[in-house]
Amino acid sequence: MEVDREDGRTQNQLRPLACSRNVLHRAHGSASWYQGDTKVLAAVYGPKAGARKNENPEKACIEVIWKPKTGQTGKLEKEYEMILKRTLQSICILTVNPNTTTSIIIQVVNDDGALLPCAINAACVALVDAGIPMKHLAVAICCCVAKSGYVILDPTKLEEQKMKSFAYLVFPNSVHSVLPEGSVQGEPMEHGIVTSVTHGIMSVDDYFYCLERGRAASAKLSDFLRRSLQQHPTDSSKAG
Amino acid sequence: MGLPNASGDLSTEVEVDAFRRLFPLRFYEKHLSESIRPDARPLGRARDTTIALGAVASANGSALAKIGSTTMLAAIKMEVMTPSTETPDEGCVAIDFHMPPICSPIVRPGRPAEAAPVVSKQLSDTILSSGMISLKELCLVSGKAAWMAYLDIYCLDADGALFDTALLSAVAAFSHLEIPVVSLNDDGKIVLLSEEQEGMSEREPVNREKRKLTLCSIPFSLTCILHKNYILADPTAEEESIMETLVTIVLDSSSQLVSLYKPGGPVLAYTSAIQDCIAITRQRVKELQKILEEAISVMEVD
Repeated sequence: MEVDREDGRTQNQLRPLACSRNVLHRAHGSASWYQGDTKVLAAVYGPKAGARKNENPEKACIEVIWKPKTGQTGKLEKEYEMILKRTLQSICILTVNPNTTTSIIIQVVNDDGALLPCAINAACVALVDAGIPMKHLAVAICCCVAKSGYVILDPTKLEEQKMKSFAYLVFPNSVHSVLPEGSVQGEPMEHGIVTSVTHGIMSVDDYFYCLERGRAASAKLSDFLRRSLQQHPTDSSKAG
Repeated sequence: MGLPNASGDLSTEVEVDAFRRLFPLRFYEKHLSESIRPDARPLGRARDTTIALGAVASANGSALAKIGSTTMLAAIKMEVMTPSTETPDEGCVAIDFHMPPICSPIVRPGRPAEAAPVVSKQLSDTILSSGMISLKELCLVSGKAAWMAYLDIYCLDADGALFDTALLSAVAAFSHLEIPVVSLNDDGKIVLLSEEQEGMSEREPVNREKRKLTLCSIPFSLTCILHKNYILADPTAEEESIMETLVTIVLDSSSQLVSLYKPGGPVLAYTSAIQDCIAITRQRVKELQKILEEAISVMEVD
């Protein structure tokens, strides 16, 4: 089914991506991630001594602070903080630096759709810039389902509001390995879902269709991430 | 020759309770390998669920829901307000979730629990996007007056699966809700008619009788834990703290997916695991529908 999107993209086309590392000088690690007009800045401070109260001191602790573009922090920001914290906890190796706290601060510069995936991508690059040990990176994508059942990727804010439902999906990044990959339950590791948040009603089949499209897009995003991280940190990289 | 496994040597000597506290994950894995959980439930079974409607007499609609030990009290108060100019025919629903210190030793007075705003937002999103309530039914006089429903859910005992129990209590409270009778008084304002005035009032009531909301496609949810190859349905708080990967699936009565929420967690969810979770949730939706219908019919008999 062909569909006309306002900015002329096809169904599976992502917006132009831009990623820069080391944009802030005081932070131990920082990154900015631009997906079209959605812009997010992430900063990492850590590991700092001492775990927070009520957290397990045998593991490293991760703290996320989400700053919206305007207004005070409310329930939406608290929810995003919790989702980001649990996602990053699952990708960081927490046993390497026990009894420490790593703070990740997300500042929304502009919100034009797919804000949470953009923030997750920015946070991963900032963690790499800070040198925090991780098992793998997380690659986040947003898929929208329209009433007639077709799925579009990386919507703008207008598209998100018009569509029936959308899903934010986070996958591990693809692995380039010399050894043949082991697969779990017949699927390669990068097909597992790290995080999934859906809004709106969709049928179960639509959700699985979103997963397929999301996985294909996450492979492209993984390649972009790998290229941009392999470059010298002061160069910023752009991709279409 | 490797070092002897310290816990292996101790496990024959240490008491069950001590082993449970010292090595919680091994305690659970010993049970999971036999496909059972420490409270004798099979892996896919949820805890006993009860619903009591009309728990709060002063509210327009209320319900007390219990899944195992997790207890939630939901109450709805209705208030008349002027609708916004963009949606003159629609009322409004405001949902809030509270975790007072009574519910759990980790919640302290003065410091709101971390889970409270997150569950509150999840609940609002789920209830409003599921289309269970048509906001147009809450309209009184187009452009001038509409109902605002304040739904408050209090957690009285937090023992895992908070979102499931909260959603169940919210849905039960809405099915118990009766919209009060109002009339227009001389100043053009809407006035609530109390019980004694109903027979005596000379003014025309705006809505004739107390009516209930029509609820279509009611959402029900189930939280599952993914741990290695096991899927545990309806976790207790102890299970949630040990095995941290939770997946919450909300399905409505026509088997549409209202929400699939997996906020991170050490275990990755593959397609087969998601399909199994959805199958378990479908069965649970049927159970919950029956329980809700029984609770409603018990109320109507009274």
